[in-house]
Amino acid sequence: MTTATEQPAPPADLHAKRTFHELRDVQGPSAIGGGWRRFFDLLLLISVNDFKTTYYGSVLGYFWSLLRPALLFSVMLVVFTKIFHVGGEGVTHYPVFLLLGIVLYTSFQESTAAAVTSVVGKEGIVRKTQFPRLVIPLATVATGTFNLLLNLVPVFVFILAFGVSPTWTWFLIPVMLAVLIVLTATVSMILSALYVRYRDVAIIWSVAGTVLLYGSPILYPYENAPGAMQTVLLFNPLTPILAQARNWIIEPEAPNAVAAMGGWGRFSISVVIYLIICGAAVWIFNREAPRIAEDL
Amino acid sequence: MATDVTSRRASGSARGSKAPLAIEVRDLKKTFRLPGQKVDSLKERALHPTIRRDVSELKALDGISFDVRQGEFFGIVGRNGSGKSTLLKILAGIYRADGGRVRMAGTLAPFIELGVGFNMELTARENVQLNGVMMGLSRQEAARRLDTVIDFAELHDFVDLKLKNYSSGMLVRLGFSVMIQADTDILLIDEVLAVGDASFQQKCADVFHEVRGSGKTLVLVTHDMGAVDAYCHRAILINDGEIAEEGDPHAVGRHYLRLNYEGAHDAVADLGADPDEADAAARLVDIWVEDEAGDRVTTVEAGKDIHLRAVIEARRDIPKPTLAVMLSNADGVQLFGTAAAVLLEGQGTDIDLLRAGERATLTARFVNQLGNGRYFVDLGVNRNHSGVDNVIWVPKATDFLIYGKQPYDGLNLLHNEFHVQAEK
Repeated sequence: MTTATEQPAPPADLHAKRTFHELRDVQGPSAIGGGWRRFFDLLLLISVNDFKTTYYGSVLGYFWSLLRPALLFSVMLVVFTKIFHVGGEGVTHYPVFLLLGIVLYTSFQESTAAAVTSVVGKEGIVRKTQFPRLVIPLATVATGTFNLLLNLVPVFVFILAFGVSPTWTWFLIPVMLAVLIVLTATVSMILSALYVRYRDVAIIWSVAGTVLLYGSPILYPYENAPGAMQTVLLFNPLTPILAQARNWIIEPEAPNAVAAMGGWGRFSISVVIYLIICGAAVWIFNREAPRIAEDL
Repeated sequence: MATDVTSRRASGSARGSKAPLAIEVRDLKKTFRLPGQKVDSLKERALHPTIRRDVSELKALDGISFDVRQGEFFGIVGRNGSGKSTLLKILAGIYRADGGRVRMAGTLAPFIELGVGFNMELTARENVQLNGVMMGLSRQEAARRLDTVIDFAELHDFVDLKLKNYSSGMLVRLGFSVMIQADTDILLIDEVLAVGDASFQQKCADVFHEVRGSGKTLVLVTHDMGAVDAYCHRAILINDGEIAEEGDPHAVGRHYLRLNYEGAHDAVADLGADPDEADAAARLVDIWVEDEAGDRVTTVEAGKDIHLRAVIEARRDIPKPTLAVMLSNADGVQLFGTAAAVLLEGQGTDIDLLRAGERATLTARFVNQLGNGRYFVDLGVNRNHSGVDNVIWVPKATDFLIYGKQPYDGLNLLHNEFHVQAEK
């Protein structure tokens, strides 16, 4: 038997005297386990890495993320203003309204769609490491949020170029974004956890994406929808977010979400749906997290 | 069971019972549900919400208890499906146990295989940092650790190369370096020693010996009994979710090979069942290997003589019968063959005729110079003292296993004189 050619010196700390440790229970996998600092460090690193790997390989890089909503916007604008002539009714700056809605919606849709397969896609990590499971869907949401912030820059250039004047309510934009991001995150948690066991979640969600595009006040303002449709829209938690975005960013004179949706009573339906989604996300993800490695 | 385990542990521990516990496992249970038909679509769930499908349960672990002391190298061996990987995954916090308790002292590297979580699209630098954070370091600490890891892996020139452009050897080096540089108190390792080329395995071996003296605790799950023998202070053998043997790695290894071997033993020729042999002039009645005391065995310890016994019976008269055996290894390489004429009972003269219905017994002793492994015995009966005129030839009539520590490498011991002198 030959001896190895060159022995690298073992690191000094290998020989450090180990101190005595107390026995602690091993808890098994969970949504968050392993400490908050590790959780957030992992979240940051994984989302930054995801962002890098998404755009490294393509020539136009991050511009692709701008291009998708821009293309959708152009098509919708032509269809609804030049062909159907319905879009602009009662909206002061319809193209701006449409663009803002599409960018917010696209962010929600893309993040959640990416989140569906995220946990299964990181199978290697999930099955072979003790890893806080919640990091995985949240990292896709973090990447999506970063994308959204980048996309909002040209949107605001567009808004200003269109003659909308800034108002003090622009300072409330972070609140609106926070509400949207929490919704994106919680929906992502539900979808990614369920997809481990029910693979048709992916198909259902891609159909739901189309339904939500037309079933949210993106192409039309809420008050323009017919009566029955307005009731349906109450059950869509995106409705108040989009309505309030319009009020705060583009048209201060437009009704705010509460007024547009017909008072606090009707508004609160959306709020309750929103809270149910949040609660369900925590419950489902917590329940599924310990079993994900086994169900994969 | 529990008390039994405790008493054996006391005698088996290489480091004595003074060291504090690093891992304590008590009555650990894990059952997997294997649905006869997996309900994996919402439609099936919706159509049959209440129907409980016939779920078969697989008890992967059924009440496992053991202790690992700080600084100990602990081996977990078992056949495929014995539950050893499930046990490791519970220790690592990847699976949740159904019952029992696991406690650990100190920090634990949270991955059990080399290169887990490596992202091929990222550079070595980014991957090492990510791995560091996975182990619970802060991002700054992980960045500081980069140099040590890259130094050890000898990958300085490639630190900013994406992993997808790495050779498999470089990946293994990086993975091993990340793992061994993880400054955690407890390392859990699944089958790593099986990877890499010979020189890398040598390097792993050297590092393992270094780590062994450093006070770190290491749990090694493997098929490789050589590794368990070489590194581990103690080992357990898991069979069907229970501890079948605990203590001395050597004893555990022997038990493991015996378990492995019991299944394989069925593969040898079923005596007399071969229809082609039914009308042959002779029949092999029985053939076996035994120890010095005359008990039948399937394993022979390295260096101990191999006692082979066989009984044949003539069905028709066989003139000038000869009995021949051939030893082959598991690869089918013929190692040694010999033959002898059948002698008259109690006398040293050949018999001229073995009459129909008469039996002859073989008693053979081989000085055991074989390497570790499985060996087969072919047996034949010839007539007319010929080496080719077969009456019967039974390939793989029986087999045996050589196991143990040997002071030489290779298939066989050659008697040797081996001197090396420096030239002055």
